[in-house]
Amino acid sequence: MSEQSKKISFQLDVSDFLPAGQDEKQSLVCMRESVGFWRNGFSRLRKNKIAMVSLFVIILTLIFAFIAPSFYPYSYEQQIRGSENLAPMQYSAAELAEKEAGGKVFPHFIGTDALGRDTTIRIMMGSRISLLVGIVASFLVLLIGSLYGAISGYLGGKVDIMMMQLVDIIYAIPDILIIIILMVSLKYPLQNIANTVPGFQWINTIGVGLICIFIVFSLLYWVGMARIVRSQILSLKEQEYVTAARALGAGNARIIGKHLLTNCIGTLIVTTTLQIPSAIFTESFLSFIGIGVSAPMPSLGSMASSAIGGLTSYPYRLFAPALMISIIILSFNLLGDGLRDAFDPKLKN
Amino acid sequence: MAKYLTKKVFISILTLWIVATATFFLMFMVPGGPFLAEKAPSEATIAALNQKYGLDQPKIVQYKNYFTNFLSGDLGPSMKQRGREVNQIISTGFKVSATVGGMAILVAVMVGIPFGSVAALKRGKWQDNIILLISTTGIAVPSFVVATVLMMIFSVKLNLLPTYGLTSWKHYIMPVMSLSFYPTAYISRLMRSSMLEVLGQDYIRTAKAKGLPMFRVLFKHALRNAVLPVVTYLGPLLAYTLTGSFIVERIFTVPGLGNSFISSILNRDYTMIMGTTIFLAALIIVMNLIVDIVYKLVDPRITYK
Repeated sequence: MSEQSKKISFQLDVSDFLPAGQDEKQSLVCMRESVGFWRNGFSRLRKNKIAMVSLFVIILTLIFAFIAPSFYPYSYEQQIRGSENLAPMQYSAAELAEKEAGGKVFPHFIGTDALGRDTTIRIMMGSRISLLVGIVASFLVLLIGSLYGAISGYLGGKVDIMMMQLVDIIYAIPDILIIIILMVSLKYPLQNIANTVPGFQWINTIGVGLICIFIVFSLLYWVGMARIVRSQILSLKEQEYVTAARALGAGNARIIGKHLLTNCIGTLIVTTTLQIPSAIFTESFLSFIGIGVSAPMPSLGSMASSAIGGLTSYPYRLFAPALMISIIILSFNLLGDGLRDAFDPKLKN
Repeated sequence: MAKYLTKKVFISILTLWIVATATFFLMFMVPGGPFLAEKAPSEATIAALNQKYGLDQPKIVQYKNYFTNFLSGDLGPSMKQRGREVNQIISTGFKVSATVGGMAILVAVMVGIPFGSVAALKRGKWQDNIILLISTTGIAVPSFVVATVLMMIFSVKLNLLPTYGLTSWKHYIMPVMSLSFYPTAYISRLMRSSMLEVLGQDYIRTAKAKGLPMFRVLFKHALRNAVLPVVTYLGPLLAYTLTGSFIVERIFTVPGLGNSFISSILNRDYTMIMGTTIFLAALIIVMNLIVDIVYKLVDPRITYK
């Protein structure tokens, strides 16, 4: 161009009007490559060392709780005769004899309990229960809370006031009191349903205690999520793209599901992750006072509670489950903080 | 303000009524009754006892009777601890729980606020890292773990402190420590982040620029504003202390309200369940209400909706 403009000429150069090539287009872009929401968030998360370590720990505990038990030679309810009250890595007389004879005996890493059950596998199963409770309960909270909050915020007006009134009331209920009473009173009717009504036998396979916990959590804990989602939706629904979607004939359900909820996905992820440790906390609390998961299924809380009696002689029986709960809760807390910084910095405080 | 207050009070009363009613009908769903003992009494005895306590009447009549008595301030006799009134059990239990819980709240506030402020002032230095480490682990450790670890160290290994009962000042140390561990950690974190926010505000720079001495800037300007989130946390903190007391009182066999709440449920002591539930729920709800109002009074930026 510049060369041509030096020569004074009215002849137009055809090459100036050819479509721009890929290189030429690239050279004109003076912005950095656009990065999507997910890639942006994950790259920020990857830089956060604490969050990555806790993610790694969470993956380890998931393997420990869900995969390792299937390769483990003992089962959580198996009572090994003669192997009661073994110290960590100790063998019973019978097991020693078998070892002498050249057989292989799998060691009891954290010993056995008073009934001769291997503590390691019980810790694994207990962690499985804790993780299941945490993840399923948070998922239920996410489902109920986000839908409720979204509908309330989207519809607005009188409906919103009424729906939030209910949230306020449930929010004011002292949760632990009602949870304890619900847990105790729901157990027997549920057991009845599981034993008599056909089609409900699956309740027994999951365990009545667990189902109770899920019901109780989905009854009470969704309100926090509903409040957060509602406040997000209130501002999101004023955005132009919602008007555009409505102008194109999208229904309310589509706008909420496709446009509003997907746009507060960061908040949803963060709040759900932070819900997990609090659910695990409550479960271990309930099991500790003896109304959580029913025996013989172990729970970290009930293991800790039964270890208190023999604290002087067998302190490791308390420390093992206690350490496991603390690690699980700590790593989910830290991962949640990291996710918040990566995906939803506004939510801080 | 008046409108806001009426609405809040109305919601509180409604919530309390819902909790009481739900508890009333839920507790009868549990099989067994208060009169079953190891040596099973004869059916005639149980029938007589049921009649005495009015348990033979239809549930709705019992409900009406209970709440008529309740409104006149009578929570009825305990069904398990014969000869004792629920009012009396609650008042003795509450005194114990309130002492332990009050001390725990005091410790949490007295330790948590300075810890959080120091961490914020020394941001990024070793003091901050240590406090952050302690408070992060602090919110991940359940109170029963803290209680048992303390018991392990101070009673079993060092043989310094008694493990059960509540007769001397030594008995208070471990329950109070285990109850205050989590809230101390939580308040430290809360205080740290709010202090950091306040220290970045313009009025702090102005105060410094005016040449005010450092402690005046900190105490008069920074701390007073930074402490606001802690005020809102006091409501949940009270609820936590009460629920935490269920566990801590059980571990250290403290004769408090939390302990009697759990045992009343396990014993199906119906009047005790109702009495303790209503009492604890009312306490938590009223405290939350007060905290809500106080928060609005101390922070004029918040408007009444």
